[in-house]
Amino acid sequence: MTPAPPPLEAVPIPAGFDDPTLDSQSVFRAVLEAFSRPGRVAFAALPSPPPGPLVSASAAVALTLFDLSTPVFIAPGIATAPVQEFLTFHTGCPLTEQADEAAFAIIDGADAGDLSRFAIGTPEYPDRSATVVIQVQALSADGSIRLRGPGVEHAHKLGVDGLHADFWLARERLGLLFPLGVDVILCAGSSLACLPRTTRAEV
Amino acid sequence: MYVAVKGGEAAIENAHKLLAEERRGDTNVPELSLEQIKQQMSLAVDRVMTEGSLHDPDLAALAIKQARGDLVEAIFLLRAYRTTLPRLWETKPIDTGAMNIRRRISATYKDLPGGQVLGPTFDYTHRLLDFALAAEGGGDASLDADPAEPVVAPRVTELLAGEDLIEEAGAVPDKDAPGDLTREPMEFPADRDLRLQALARGDEGFLLALGYSTQRGYGRTHPFAGEIRMGAVEIEIDIDGIDGPVTIGEITVTECEMVNQFMGSKTEPPKFTRGYGLTFGFCERKAMAMALVDRALRGRDLGEEVDAPCHDEEFVLAHADNVEASGFVQHLKLPHYVDFQSELELVRKMRREIEQGRWSDGEEAHDVAAE
Amino acid sequence: MSQPSETQGAWDPSYNFAFLDEQTKRMIRRAILKAVAIPGYQAPFASREMPMPYGWGTGGIQVTAGVIGPDDVLKVIDQGSDDTTNAISIRKFFVRTTGVRTTESTGDASIIQTRHRIPESPLREDQILVYQVPIPEPLRFLEPRETETRQMHALEDYGLMHVKLYEDIARHGHIATSYAYPVKVAGRYVMDPSPTPKFDNPKMDRCPALQLFGAGREKRIYAIPPYTEVKSLDFDDYPFELPTWDAACALCGDTHSFLDEVILDDAGGRMFVCSDTDHCRERRANGHVGPAAAAAPFETMSAAP
Repeated sequence: MTPAPPPLEAVPIPAGFDDPTLDSQSVFRAVLEAFSRPGRVAFAALPSPPPGPLVSASAAVALTLFDLSTPVFIAPGIATAPVQEFLTFHTGCPLTEQADEAAFAIIDGADAGDLSRFAIGTPEYPDRSATVVIQVQALSADGSIRLRGPGVEHAHKLGVDGLHADFWLARERLGLLFPLGVDVILCAGSSLACLPRTTRAEV
Repeated sequence: MYVAVKGGEAAIENAHKLLAEERRGDTNVPELSLEQIKQQMSLAVDRVMTEGSLHDPDLAALAIKQARGDLVEAIFLLRAYRTTLPRLWETKPIDTGAMNIRRRISATYKDLPGGQVLGPTFDYTHRLLDFALAAEGGGDASLDADPAEPVVAPRVTELLAGEDLIEEAGAVPDKDAPGDLTREPMEFPADRDLRLQALARGDEGFLLALGYSTQRGYGRTHPFAGEIRMGAVEIEIDIDGIDGPVTIGEITVTECEMVNQFMGSKTEPPKFTRGYGLTFGFCERKAMAMALVDRALRGRDLGEEVDAPCHDEEFVLAHADNVEASGFVQHLKLPHYVDFQSELELVRKMRREIEQGRWSDGEEAHDVAAE
Repeated sequence: MSQPSETQGAWDPSYNFAFLDEQTKRMIRRAILKAVAIPGYQAPFASREMPMPYGWGTGGIQVTAGVIGPDDVLKVIDQGSDDTTNAISIRKFFVRTTGVRTTESTGDASIIQTRHRIPESPLREDQILVYQVPIPEPLRFLEPRETETRQMHALEDYGLMHVKLYEDIARHGHIATSYAYPVKVAGRYVMDPSPTPKFDNPKMDRCPALQLFGAGREKRIYAIPPYTEVKSLDFDDYPFELPTWDAACALCGDTHSFLDEVILDDAGGRMFVCSDTDHCRERRANGHVGPAAAAAPFETMSAAP
């Protein structure tokens, strides 16, 4: 089914990709690179700014990976009407308020101290787990966090501003349940870095 | 000097040209039109639509022509096309009870509301080659009487259900809409909606053999052909803002409902159970085989002893698709010389070691030689 | 002979870029990301019917289609060679549906789709290797049921596999598996490396390139992230062994590459040549000469040294 047209009286919904096919391919490659090399900062953005508080990288990820078959949880602080309209218009994704039903979630870094509310998959199907997009203040490639694990030759350095203090501990706890877990995409402005469940962090 | 084989690209192009030439055959013979295939090879068209999972007689006819009459190849062509099509709408479930019946047979009742309608069946033809057909214009098909108006009649299973002698028809379990194995990979155990979809797409020959095996005792289900009906049903969709469903067209389907014995269990009184088959067009053999296999696959749910091939859901469903089976069987003709080389090395090495072992151990060599 | 061939095709606009519709690509991309996040785990995906038969690389083709962009340079090999008919056919498919540049040179490629081999020259971080996989389940020949093998992976219960390998040793004095030799990825999942010869297994270990595996008929995608430990299963007293050849490549003289045996006559005459045709070409371009390269014409060749 085609997504619903925008309500007539509303502010126009900001544009998505210029070329949905080629632009989403290029964003996907950035995300794939970032997933494959945890902590490496990649660039992903839309041509025009999405409605705040959605940042450009999260919006680009959403338009690349969300669709009718992916229930999406948006944290209350981010789920403004324009953000909801923007995502449903461009991707057709169903929105859910049940965090554990979501294939994708978009939350704020300050709200990322608890990851246990998201689906972590089952022992038979650990892939049936959430990918959580976490919006943070800033990402840098030379921070104090050291990442190791698959995708990392020795150690990758990462700096993140704007994450809840308990985030790393929450991840570490989930790590004990591997192969169950959630995968994280950190987004700040037009940059993103990924933390698949296999990545071990020294903070 | 030795030069590795090159020129694969030219070879492929030449193969395609040869294929086109073979397909056309002698150009002194008029080319087949799609209309001819549709009209005169309609059962082939129906099978290709059913197993190709796409109701489009024109495209099915084209596929048959392009595949030189190889129906599995034609099914593959149609599937590969189907996968590129957008999903615009979901239709409502068809109502075969409202079918305009062209053929309707019940083996369980001598007569019943709506009657038995023989329709265009091979059943009572004598299988004698009709040499009149070989002659130009020999196939005179005019009827002795005007064809009867299509009949609408209740299904046999509804008559049985009125007496509570047969189980419910079953509903889509715990889901809003039936699953679709072309959109989600199948998981085992599979729900019945996905099983039926897999069987409807499944190879007629495979299902025929499996259904036959149930009759010969490998998972007997005591079937009666409760009803076989073939005719036109309406296709309806719901449109926002319009009251009631909108009819967008009509297709011919064949439905078979097998009525099977069930001895009952601790919690259930004895009653009849159902096996279900449905195809596009007129694919009666397929619909009947499908109904047998569907019922056999329900053995586990019904608490029956399950030990025959037809009971084994994973075995049946994983091997029913002829596009998958044909591809994987035939991929053996692709080059495998790297793997073969690895095996050659291994076999040579193992033989060498055995020979060396024998040389160093005369006793064993003697024993081997004496065998 | 010394230059690898390259082509630049034109994208036929009657097809969506990379053939698949966008919804299908998204579904494949989501599966790829989960596969990367859970190394060696076989993520189910709703494999589509492609315009080539199952068994011809439909899984690898769908993975490549999900990944490829206009700036990529694609190399396709089958049995290590760019010129095997199916490699040509797949390359043509992508040229027609994407217009990307293709190459026979391993070093120039950003995406390499392969069947049955890993290129001899080491791969780099900026490359992706896509494997075509017929049977993704390493336990399938020990236990045909998906319901059972899925449980074994869930419980990390690989006893059956070890028993099989051990029985091989007891019976043959060797692990009698020469290709599709099972590996353990990142210390967790036992994985089928696709029917590559076990000669290639060490190349998967801590490879700088991302490795993606697509099984179309079986509807599974799996992955090995870069720099990930890939260990061929073995025993302390029967360690994993690489096959060796007594011969050198007749064309380039290499004694370390995987060699194909070429039958020359019906009297036992044979020679060995590199399976990786680009590797062989590059060596010859660099002046390496094998015993047959400068010698007698093909017709009079006898056995390799």
